[in-house]
Amino acid sequence: MIKVENLSKEYIIRHQTANSYTALRDVLTDKAKGLFKPSSQETKEKFLALNDISFDVQQGDRVGIIGRNGAGKSTLLKVLSRIVSPTKGRITIDGRVASLLEVGTGFHPELSGRENIFLNGAILGMSRQEIKSKFDEIVEFSEVEKFLDTPVKRYSSGMYVRLAFSVAAHLDPEILIVDEVLAVGDAQFQKKCLGKMQDVSRSGRTILFVSHNMAAIQSLCNRALYMHHGTLITDGEVEPVIREYLKFGAQNAGINLDERKDRSGNGALRFERIDFLDDKNESVGTFHSGSSNTIRLTLNKKNNQSLSQVVASVAIDDAYGQRITHISNEATQQVIDSIHSDKTIVDIVLPKLPLKDGQYSLTLFASSNGEIMDWVQNAAVLDVESGDFYGTGKLLPDGQGNFYMDYKYNVTQLS
Amino acid sequence: MSQRIVITPENANKNYWKDLWNYRGLFYFLAWRDVRVRYKQTVIGIAWSVLRPLLTISIFWFIGWLFNLPDDGVPRILMVTAATLPWQFFSTAFSESAGSLVANSNLLTKVYFPRIIVPISTVIVCLIDFLVSFGILVVIMIALQFNPGWQILLLPVFLLFATLTAIGSGLLIAALNVKFRDFRYIIPFIVQFGLYISPVAFSSSAIFESEKIPAWIKFIYSLNPMVGVIDGFRWCITGGNIVINQTAFLISIGITILLLVVGVRYFRKTEKSFADII
Repeated sequence: MIKVENLSKEYIIRHQTANSYTALRDVLTDKAKGLFKPSSQETKEKFLALNDISFDVQQGDRVGIIGRNGAGKSTLLKVLSRIVSPTKGRITIDGRVASLLEVGTGFHPELSGRENIFLNGAILGMSRQEIKSKFDEIVEFSEVEKFLDTPVKRYSSGMYVRLAFSVAAHLDPEILIVDEVLAVGDAQFQKKCLGKMQDVSRSGRTILFVSHNMAAIQSLCNRALYMHHGTLITDGEVEPVIREYLKFGAQNAGINLDERKDRSGNGALRFERIDFLDDKNESVGTFHSGSSNTIRLTLNKKNNQSLSQVVASVAIDDAYGQRITHISNEATQQVIDSIHSDKTIVDIVLPKLPLKDGQYSLTLFASSNGEIMDWVQNAAVLDVESGDFYGTGKLLPDGQGNFYMDYKYNVTQLS
Repeated sequence: MSQRIVITPENANKNYWKDLWNYRGLFYFLAWRDVRVRYKQTVIGIAWSVLRPLLTISIFWFIGWLFNLPDDGVPRILMVTAATLPWQFFSTAFSESAGSLVANSNLLTKVYFPRIIVPISTVIVCLIDFLVSFGILVVIMIALQFNPGWQILLLPVFLLFATLTAIGSGLLIAALNVKFRDFRYIIPFIVQFGLYISPVAFSSSAIFESEKIPAWIKFIYSLNPMVGVIDGFRWCITGGNIVINQTAFLISIGITILLLVVGVRYFRKTEKSFADII
């Protein structure tokens, strides 16, 4: 059904410009410079988003693709969907493909629900006849009958997602490619979508499904691919692959800091470990925006004297090294009066993570009575994946800010 | 098994033209979307496609009257209208299709379809505008009680000629605009300059029959495909009262075909990297 052979996708990262596109000016000046000296190749860096990937998918296979941020999952789906073209390798696909990389692609806010069903359907590759024949089914599934003639800009985000998913769910492809779309929408609708996808798979269609939701992968897929840094690590039955992924994630999450030598302070107390826990206090490799998480610090007292007025803080830097925030028990007036035992566990509970998806670097700091005991720069990398912060399924638009803020709208109309 | 798709770095898709046929509905839907949205967002909606040419026609008519420009013995308003309508069709189609890919970048990075649909459906929207604005000409003809000859039946041929010119140049500029955003600044200049070198405010006979103008300038003048289009329009509408310079006309057609071939080729060559760089 699908045969992927030695697939690679290479991106060239230009360091001097922030923009991915070229300015004519640069091309002209580069050419002019090239007359006098060899062109400046050192500013370009190659990045392999996909590295020599091969696998086969049989008809009726339901393949879950898992891996952390930047593992190449989405790039793989984009290449399979013919949105981007590969750098090396060959893919052979037999059958009609429909891919759903985003919910509501091409929806226009000014157009009504009815109009958007037709538009979106056409964009996803349905003919007008096909849309017409499935129109009632789509509307029924979306539960927005009453608002069919309202512009979708007036829809609640839930309605918007429901309508968008409904159109996509009624595509009738032989191969369905789905990227993380179930991460949006309310729990009930998510369940409905998953059910719909199960129906699709039962009728013998082939599904490729990227998700961070292991439960969804387990219930839907009969096979899983685990990707890491653009390479395919494991390919096989769902259970063992997920176990490997979680194991790898957990290993990475709990970071042993004993071996770090590049630290300062008097050494009366040392950070021994840092762990990332989910709301059930289970070790996880990544956090999700908006979820409840805990950063667990394990402290080790190195001598017999008890310590007083202990501050343990965590500074968070973004991927560009910019300090974003600083967490400290000094700020919350929860300074630890005294520490007697050798081992102390400090849990920093983050009830609703405001960080956007990305990688963050954590710097740890501990002091007693204002004297620095331990200071570990860039002690750990925290991976944050996108999550449903607002509980509406809406994410921050790309490029629209760096963090999620909690807020509420109050509207008063003055007559 | 309905179809087999082979994806390789060299050739993302061998079934391109077949795919284009399968996605033919999308031409219609994208054009329909643009028309609908404009209708909903603007107060007077489709009337804009009448108002804009109407104002332009008035200005050129006034200038022609003021400077007593030659009108080849045809009512001046007819001469001006027959040139303004195709020119405005071409210039909006050209500049709108140039930005069409960038404007639809959310589609390009999330769904597959033959990319060529985007700029072409933009040209279709402009074609619809043109057909609406054509009403102006009909009204003027009725008001002047001007009876066009059989030549008017050939108008669709020249409209096709204009459309192909718009598509050829639009594809080329749209693809270039994805890679070099500088074109955003070049396009208004091209459009403005094009107006000066196209026979909108004057008639081609003023160029071809002038003895002061050297032959090589006449040749360069006829390289502009819009010269052929506008002369053709005038010929159809005025019932053959305008003489078409045949050499110049053939050159114009040649340039249009060249633009179309180069436009499609360049677009096809670059489109597989659109999603990477847009």
